[in-house]
Amino acid sequence: MTASTGEVGAANGYDYNFAYLDEQTKRAIRRIILKALAIPGYQVPFGSREMPLPYGWGTGGIQITASILMKSDVLKVIDQGADDTTNAVSIRNFFARVASIATTEKTAHASIIQTRHRIPEAPLAAGQIMVIQVPIPEPMRRLEPREIETRKMHALKEYGLMHVTLYEDIAHWGHIATTYAYPVLVNGRYVMAPSPIPKWDNPKLHQSEATFIFCAGREKRIYAVPPFTDVRSLDFEDYPFRLQSFTQSCALCGSGQSYLDEVILDDEGKRLYVCSDTDFCAQRVAGGHVGSDPDALAAAKDGAP
Amino acid sequence: MIDLEPPLLQVEGLSKLYGRNVACKNVTFKLWAGEVLCIVGESGSGKTTLLNCISAIQPQSSGRVLYQTRHAGTADVTAMSDAQKRLLMRTDWGIVHQNPRDGLRMGVSAGANVGERLMAVGARHYGHIRAEATGWLNRVEIDIDRIDDLPGTFSGGMQQRLQIARNLVTKPRLVFMDEPTGGLDVSVQARLLDLLRALVQDLQLAAIIVTHDLAVARLLAHRLLVMRRGEIVESGLTDQVLDDPQHPYTQLLVSSILQT
Repeated sequence: MTASTGEVGAANGYDYNFAYLDEQTKRAIRRIILKALAIPGYQVPFGSREMPLPYGWGTGGIQITASILMKSDVLKVIDQGADDTTNAVSIRNFFARVASIATTEKTAHASIIQTRHRIPEAPLAAGQIMVIQVPIPEPMRRLEPREIETRKMHALKEYGLMHVTLYEDIAHWGHIATTYAYPVLVNGRYVMAPSPIPKWDNPKLHQSEATFIFCAGREKRIYAVPPFTDVRSLDFEDYPFRLQSFTQSCALCGSGQSYLDEVILDDEGKRLYVCSDTDFCAQRVAGGHVGSDPDALAAAKDGAP
Repeated sequence: MIDLEPPLLQVEGLSKLYGRNVACKNVTFKLWAGEVLCIVGESGSGKTTLLNCISAIQPQSSGRVLYQTRHAGTADVTAMSDAQKRLLMRTDWGIVHQNPRDGLRMGVSAGANVGERLMAVGARHYGHIRAEATGWLNRVEIDIDRIDDLPGTFSGGMQQRLQIARNLVTKPRLVFMDEPTGGLDVSVQARLLDLLRALVQDLQLAAIIVTHDLAVARLLAHRLLVMRRGEIVESGLTDQVLDDPQHPYTQLLVSSILQT
């Protein structure tokens, strides 16, 4: 990561430094990232900056992306798995403008993928960096609101409380009903909130070749999972961790092995299941796979009042 | 008394100052396994501060608290690391607060409240945790149908019993209680005291109970410490102290309760 000192970001007349943040800030954040990588799963506090978008829209993520971006990078931004949602489009455009870097929607082509709520279906490769936007970095927040106490619990590896949440699930629903932000134990040491990704994506963190950097802008915390790190989802001996299963397959590409979104088509309750990862779906469609109702979305759009 | 075995807990010259105010002054006593000790005294006499200092919740100003640990011999609790203290607190010790809301996790069910300590010491089998929780709710006379209800839906007496179950589930050897019957009406108090007496006997628990209620002390305690202005003014067997108080303050305290 060589810094491009003092270079004005865009040739189009905007007087921003390369990738918006100034070099000193980027340097400070990079140091925090290194610390986070050195202690997998540990939440490192950092001086979060004001960014030109509201808290909750990815202020943490774009600070990481801005700090690690180089001119040769190719950026992909997804939101809930989709490349074409408002937030993804704006963040992608933002970096195209202030850093003049190449962007892509193809997972395999990207060197940095900023994301919210999903990890792409396509396997990640060595060298790729996932930047994940995090609303609440503290996995035990709901049961123990005192930050001073949770920090102590992390320090002493007291994670019984995390299992209390899973116990409650089983007591009330008969199975572990947590489906997103499912807590994981990283490298056998720190319990980590993998941000609100569905638990479907949890196994993708385990021994991944890619680097995962998590950042909560409002909460001012950065944590990371370096490549080839053990990431175990917490569970009970008699209630092991299980992925959710879908009875449907994607209506557009027919995939039965991807995480599906439910799309409501009209007021009569007509619904459709499609891949949440739009790039994955498009690649499959391009590859000749056809689902049960490939034109449903387009038809619904045309028919909309 | 002949010391055949070393005491479970030894408090030596414990003092606690809040600025220039003396809360506890040079408190020394011993507690043996299976013994119930009541600390009585009026409001502001330093009872709760003393309990907090002994149970490592608050740092003391001077003095030592020696505890006979299960595996590592006698250890000075006040010199322990945070990690050791917290381990002791959730395994070998129990702490019952006056207000059950301080001791319970109000956001999770009764079963989870009892199971939390088990999970904290590494229990990872839901069936076993559930069975243990059920057993303990039974033991403290809480209806099993209420196992998945939030403690907030329980009555004050039930909450207090739940708190006791939550503390005893890891089979501690020493329990600290701060006014366990405070805020409960008389019939509920009587039931709770009955329960406590039975549990203490069955489990051979040692307990330090802080109370201002001499009736509670009479019913539960083997020995009594009378505190006034941060100092122990009298100590001895419960019946001895209550029937034949020596110190003028103890005499005042005893004479102030209604005679039956």
